[in-house]
Amino acid sequence: MSMTVLTVDDSRTMREMLRMALVEAGFRVIQAEDGVHGLEVLANDRPDVIVTDINMPRMDGFGFIEEVRGDPAYRGVPILVLTTESDDAKKMRARMAGATGWIVKPFNPVKLVDAIRRVAA
Amino acid sequence: MAPVDPLAAIRDTFFQECEEQLAELESGLLAMEEGDDNPEIINAVFRAVHSIKGGAGAFSLGDMIRFAHAFETALDEMRSGRLTPTPDGLKVMLRAADVLADLVRAARDGGEVDQDHSKALIDELRQLGGATGDGEDGDGDGEEDWGDFSFQPLGVAVEGPSSAAWRVTFTPRADLYAKANESALLLRELGRVGQVTTQVDASRLPMLDALEPEAAYLTWTVIVTTDQGEGAIRDVFEFVDGDCDLDITPADGPAPDGGETIEVADASSAEPAFDISALLAKVQSAVEPAAETPTETSATPAAALRKAETSAAVAAAGPAAGATIRVDLERVDRLIDLVGELVINQAMLSQRVMEAGLLRASGVAMGLDELEQLTREIQDSVMAIRAQPVKSVFQRMPRLAREVAAMTGKPVRLVTEGEGTEVDKTVIERLADPLTHMIRNAIDHGLESPETRQVAGKPAEGVVRLSAAHRSGRIVIEVADDGGGINRSRVRAIAVERGVIPADAQLTDEETDNLIFMPGFSTASEVSDISGRGVGMDVVKRSIQALGGRISITSRPGLGSTFTMSLPLTLAVLDGMVVTVFDQTFVAPLTAIVETLQPKASDIYSLGGDTRVISIRDTFVPLIDVGFSLGFRNEQIEAGSGVALLIEGEGGSRAALLVDAIQGQRQVVIKSLEANYRQVPGVAAATILGDGRVALILDIDTIIAVTRSAESHRAETPMALAAAG
Repeated sequence: MSMTVLTVDDSRTMREMLRMALVEAGFRVIQAEDGVHGLEVLANDRPDVIVTDINMPRMDGFGFIEEVRGDPAYRGVPILVLTTESDDAKKMRARMAGATGWIVKPFNPVKLVDAIRRVAA
Repeated sequence: MAPVDPLAAIRDTFFQECEEQLAELESGLLAMEEGDDNPEIINAVFRAVHSIKGGAGAFSLGDMIRFAHAFETALDEMRSGRLTPTPDGLKVMLRAADVLADLVRAARDGGEVDQDHSKALIDELRQLGGATGDGEDGDGDGEEDWGDFSFQPLGVAVEGPSSAAWRVTFTPRADLYAKANESALLLRELGRVGQVTTQVDASRLPMLDALEPEAAYLTWTVIVTTDQGEGAIRDVFEFVDGDCDLDITPADGPAPDGGETIEVADASSAEPAFDISALLAKVQSAVEPAAETPTETSATPAAALRKAETSAAVAAAGPAAGATIRVDLERVDRLIDLVGELVINQAMLSQRVMEAGLLRASGVAMGLDELEQLTREIQDSVMAIRAQPVKSVFQRMPRLAREVAAMTGKPVRLVTEGEGTEVDKTVIERLADPLTHMIRNAIDHGLESPETRQVAGKPAEGVVRLSAAHRSGRIVIEVADDGGGINRSRVRAIAVERGVIPADAQLTDEETDNLIFMPGFSTASEVSDISGRGVGMDVVKRSIQALGGRISITSRPGLGSTFTMSLPLTLAVLDGMVVTVFDQTFVAPLTAIVETLQPKASDIYSLGGDTRVISIRDTFVPLIDVGFSLGFRNEQIEAGSGVALLIEGEGGSRAALLVDAIQGQRQVVIKSLEANYRQVPGVAAATILGDGRVALILDIDTIIAVTRSAESHRAETPMALAAAG
């Protein structure tokens, strides 16, 4: 069984890049466009790892992580924050919300896959 | 199918998305300029720039990254409330949006951007943000920031001896597990850095009944022998920094104070510490029931969703993204062609059934009626696929208005309405040029100077209104200004001077206003830098007419002018007047027909040779016998025996077309004659009628032009035309 990765990003470009990199690495990829959509997807599918953007409409990455961590069914799913924010304040906030780790854009596909494998059982 | 380069496809997506983000950016900034302080707007504006920067980073578009970074920094100041959105500040942002758009297009199309201009704006943006004391300085600041974004490759040893042993003491805290990090995975990673010997200290592990399932009790001590240095080891713990106690020292020091230790040494395997699986299993079994226990604060995704939906509704976020698919235009056009054929076939079938003498109440006839209705619906639905909101062309206009305002020194507010109005894609594409010209014109010629406006008791800022609406099966686009209106005496004077009208012409106000559309009215000498570009309103009129549209102007002195364009919703069908000429059926575009009349012999005057004119309410227009002009007959028919269509060509020149009879009005599907046969002078296209015969669609302008030139060298250049059908 290949590992399933949920990507949550409002940018079509970024979603396509993520899909390309992750499918190439042999993952099954499911996608959502923002936090609200991400929660909808989670209601029907169970990813092994979640990769989420921070700046998104409707529900941003922080809110999304808090919601996922607040759900007993998903609290153990590793969440990587994918964002262009390099400043520590954003990283810190994401970690406070419950992020497992982070990937900084622009990402290198090898590093992306590497980070996912680091946090996935 | 040709193989698709996935990266090229993503690049296309990126630029499409950029256009959407740029539109969002501009409309957001404009809304803020209007005083809208909904926080969702500044958030959306920030996200737009942020998103463009993100994509630019992925494609290593340095100029775009730098600019977007400076822009984003200033927007972030505004978003966080540290920077107040003043009108001047927003003007800088709007200009920055224009530069960002230029950068995007330059990256896409391979053009160049004025570097000085973009650098100057970066400085302006920094000053905006810098006013709050958040000091950013020096060139390339943004770039440096980006430089940090990639991981240091794990394999690169920065310092250290070729191989060294490190003692890593690692004590996770509960927070580490709460963020879904796992000690076992960290130890596995450590095993990838070098050879490891692992010991676990379980001395703090309580008895099972006292064990807190979410607490952390274990400490690992790992001896790592690696040539990658301390940095590689620290990288393993990058995500858990702060959620554990971590101590990394060279391993030749004293061993840590042993408590009760379990030796789990495995020097060669990358899978460390799994002898403690039994222990972990115990912990796990204790955790599991706790996880099942519902807590007060537990939020299922569904509950969270409801919460999110409510907050989204409160925040009145942007329009929900509709579900869309992307389809090749070619496929859509093929579908439109096929539906065109279907319409024709259906009409033919109906006609055959009528000819067969079946009663209207018969089952076949009633079925055919239904088929006709369905066919029409299919046709409308298919046409709707090609329809797009005029927004894509409207949204280019605010920038234009800003530029013209800056050049003329006339402050202007562009108000757009009905951006969602849909019209055929081709019509939209061909609207951009005339609209650009008209907006320029409205600001440059329509609006008065701010001083003049204030003397007249108007606000210094002029308003140009661009609106679109559907009206009786056509799209009506208006460009209205609140300027001084057309200066009729001046227009008249110019028209007389340029020989457009005779000095003694009696014209109504409306006719005077419409003189500006006449060819030869605007000439290079009065063309200003801005609206001119060597193009007069006659060219605008011609391009609108080429789309099957009409344009008119109404003007009120002191209150402004309104240009009204009415265009067909599609170019695939045409509203036509079906006429008979020499037993052939022709179609004249309805948009060109001003009126139809029954000519009286007393109104016709012969000017010698074959040239005849007809008097219509005291003006003379050439009378053209279509059958004669197209070469069907050698003698012109008696004027009294036919019907005249008063037509107006693209250049505004009028003529009366004499035909034998009028059959009626009909919507016809346009078929290219060039694609199926060859170009024929006097014929614009063809269509297929219900009886299966081909009918030619008259090219009004060519007929007028050829007839005019034929007046000078008659009969030498008759338009030869093989009988069609």
